[in-house]
Amino acid sequence: MRQAIDFILNGRAATVEADPSASLLDLLRGPLGLSGARFGCGVGQCGACAVLVDGAPVAACQTELGLLEGKTVLTVEGLGTPEAPHPLQAAFLDLQAGQCGYCLSGILVGAKALLDRNPDPTRAEIAAALDWHLCRCGVHNRVMDAVALAARRMREGAAA
Amino acid sequence: MIPPMLAANPRLDRWVGFQPDGRVRIAFGRMEYGQGILTALAQIAADELDAPFARLQVVPAATGAVPDEGLTVGSMSIEVSGPAIRAACAEVRAIFTAAAAARLGCAAEELEVRDGAFLRAGQATGLDYWSLAGEVDLDRAASGEAPLKSAERMRVVGESQPRLDLPPKLFGAAFLHDLVLPGMRHARVLRQPGAGARLAGLDEAAIRRAAPDVDILVDHAFVALICETEADAARAHAAAEASARWEGLDALDPALGEAAALKTLPHEDFEAGAPRPGPSNRRRLTATYGKPYLSHGSLGPSAGIAQLKDGKLTIWTHNQGVYPMRALAARITGLAPEAIEVIHGQGPGCYGHNGADDPPIDAALIAMRRPGRPIRVQWRREDEFGHAPVGTAMLMELTAELDASGRLVDYTAEIWNTPHTGARGTAVAESALKGYVPPPPAPPRLMPDGSRFSGGLLNAIPSYDIAATRTLEHVVVPPPVRTSSLRSLGGAPNTFASESFMDELAAAAGQDPLAYRLAMLAEPRGRAVLTRLAEMCGWTRRWAAGTGRGLGLAYDRHRGRGAMVACAAEVEVDADVSLARLWCACDGGLIVNPDGAKNQLEGGMVMAASWTLKEQVKLGGPGIASTTWDDYPILRFSEVPPIEIELLNTRGGRPCGLGEVSQGPVMAAISNAVAHALDARLRQLPFTRERIAAALLA
Repeated sequence: MRQAIDFILNGRAATVEADPSASLLDLLRGPLGLSGARFGCGVGQCGACAVLVDGAPVAACQTELGLLEGKTVLTVEGLGTPEAPHPLQAAFLDLQAGQCGYCLSGILVGAKALLDRNPDPTRAEIAAALDWHLCRCGVHNRVMDAVALAARRMREGAAA
Repeated sequence: MIPPMLAANPRLDRWVGFQPDGRVRIAFGRMEYGQGILTALAQIAADELDAPFARLQVVPAATGAVPDEGLTVGSMSIEVSGPAIRAACAEVRAIFTAAAAARLGCAAEELEVRDGAFLRAGQATGLDYWSLAGEVDLDRAASGEAPLKSAERMRVVGESQPRLDLPPKLFGAAFLHDLVLPGMRHARVLRQPGAGARLAGLDEAAIRRAAPDVDILVDHAFVALICETEADAARAHAAAEASARWEGLDALDPALGEAAALKTLPHEDFEAGAPRPGPSNRRRLTATYGKPYLSHGSLGPSAGIAQLKDGKLTIWTHNQGVYPMRALAARITGLAPEAIEVIHGQGPGCYGHNGADDPPIDAALIAMRRPGRPIRVQWRREDEFGHAPVGTAMLMELTAELDASGRLVDYTAEIWNTPHTGARGTAVAESALKGYVPPPPAPPRLMPDGSRFSGGLLNAIPSYDIAATRTLEHVVVPPPVRTSSLRSLGGAPNTFASESFMDELAAAAGQDPLAYRLAMLAEPRGRAVLTRLAEMCGWTRRWAAGTGRGLGLAYDRHRGRGAMVACAAEVEVDADVSLARLWCACDGGLIVNPDGAKNQLEGGMVMAASWTLKEQVKLGGPGIASTTWDDYPILRFSEVPPIEIELLNTRGGRPCGLGEVSQGPVMAAISNAVAHALDARLRQLPFTRERIAAALLA
């Protein structure tokens, strides 16, 4: 039951021929070769596969392709590159906000969604926005500090 | 004396080489999984070589490519590998210096090395490591005799260095899980529900309806579903699971999941320490603490790849050691170790022996039966929770005798647990194979002094000056579920118990918990740590007990010889415990990478706070009943408090591992803060709202 699905992926038009009930995570990690969204639980409980659909964080493992028609999808690969990192990625590196790093792809896009709607979040607001995301290494404070640092730099950049 | 790890891998060129591209090739047999060990070891190497850190290139771990350093466990890398790489690099520097002196016709003492170049009287000589590399043969055994740099002359060690492994993890491709090999197929294994379960039926037609191209492999009770895509393998697996009929299933009594049940199971007994005291008029106190079975809870379920081609088996793994994986695969497949190559890739944090050893063995078993193309096995979340080894439950029955002044003079720790490293060197798939017999119990491991090593005894005796101490250990064999190493083994649970008990003893003696501890602690570095912690947390502001808000502290010297760590916690207790602040003061000797050290200490504190407040593996059905994050909650962003960490004495003393030292003190600090808040003591982990209510009613 394959059908053509058109959407915008990381800023570029994409068309896939796929079963509309297949999951976005399988598409990303499989045929599209985008490994940033990570398999963590398969039931939307951990946030490791988070991506943004029309700017809102969703679990790619729970997102059916048929729902993506005409929508925009952002994965961590669309955030920035090692040569041109997003301010969030730069802040995470500057504060060494990570250990094993398995949770970071989802957290980075989740943090982007937060900063898009709230450019000056408090620690409690950052925690609330990221609460879905599990981190087992215990880098929560560094992550929250890095999100706050990126937010400050982005505000200062916007004002400059 | 030559460091033991260098003696075991004496060839210098296994560790160090100078490449034509101007880089230093440096090889470690330690596995990186986010703890930052490769960065710290590279700092040690750069310093001892006097080579620029940026020119070091760490060799990706694989059998043959790196020295055999066994397993990366026990937070021992800095303590065990650090001296080896340091001695190897010092010797390489000395050999090259001698070569440069011969070329220049001067004495070696006239030369110094700066940024990899040889200087004479501060002037360039035109010689550096790379220009001499062609005439210096490092294919020779290390003597371990070369002089080492003194701590004062270190430049790279002691400075925070960004982790080498972190950048790729922020841009989407870093993990073994992301590796796609040409022609790779995806497989899932129908997990045998229990070690004795026999496969009585499988509806292959139903499986083929779910995934028409599936290759179904059935060998005794080992069933694999092999497909071109992972999604197809998942569908085939779901159909297989729905249709499989198993016989010989034993159901576990859920009550066995509680620590108290350990006393009801068959066990072996071990006693050590001072003779048991006779009758006396000293004051005697006893309390029993417990912790449940715990999951490693790695965020990514484990994965592995294997390929059998031309009689050679290649395995890709994110486990704790490439050589142990080779030995395990050789034992299970029957291949000679020389026919097996193991390549390491980055994986999610494991925190001990989690599921990482298993999917590569699943894949190897499939590859042996389906030679040619690479086979990738990705475990599901339910597999990782349900079939990876877990950390053992423990029961700690503590007895103290206080003299007339209230001072602790006699201490007994009686411990019940299952083997902390019992599942090492095994894979869960083995029991599904024809002719499986459970491996005999591993022979006792011995400490360097010849005494018996047991993970359950780590930190069993508190780190104070106590006249007489003893341990009684009861090891439950066989354990009700597969148990294996979890970060610190018995170390953190024992410190949780003993340092909570210490507050009970202080109360019995009518003394302040900090003063009570300091009175029994002569070690000046330990006193400094505890005193600084008290300043950090504002101990003097501590208020009356029973207000719902509590402040507690604890201290431990890990394994009696490692880092000295004190932690404090401020909590609020309503229906649940919420953490307001955590503090840590640590003297871990010479600190290689201060930022990395703090990251490890803080990560350990957050994980242990999560153990204390939330975590318990539930048993039931054929084995483990908690198989989703809903069944096994861990601490979340909104529950993690601000944490303050200070490193003391960072240039002094032997460097210590820091990955396992903060857990015990923070658990006890939380425990003591909760007792202060409630004016009632909780002794069983985790501190659930039911236990809080029960403690208040007691």
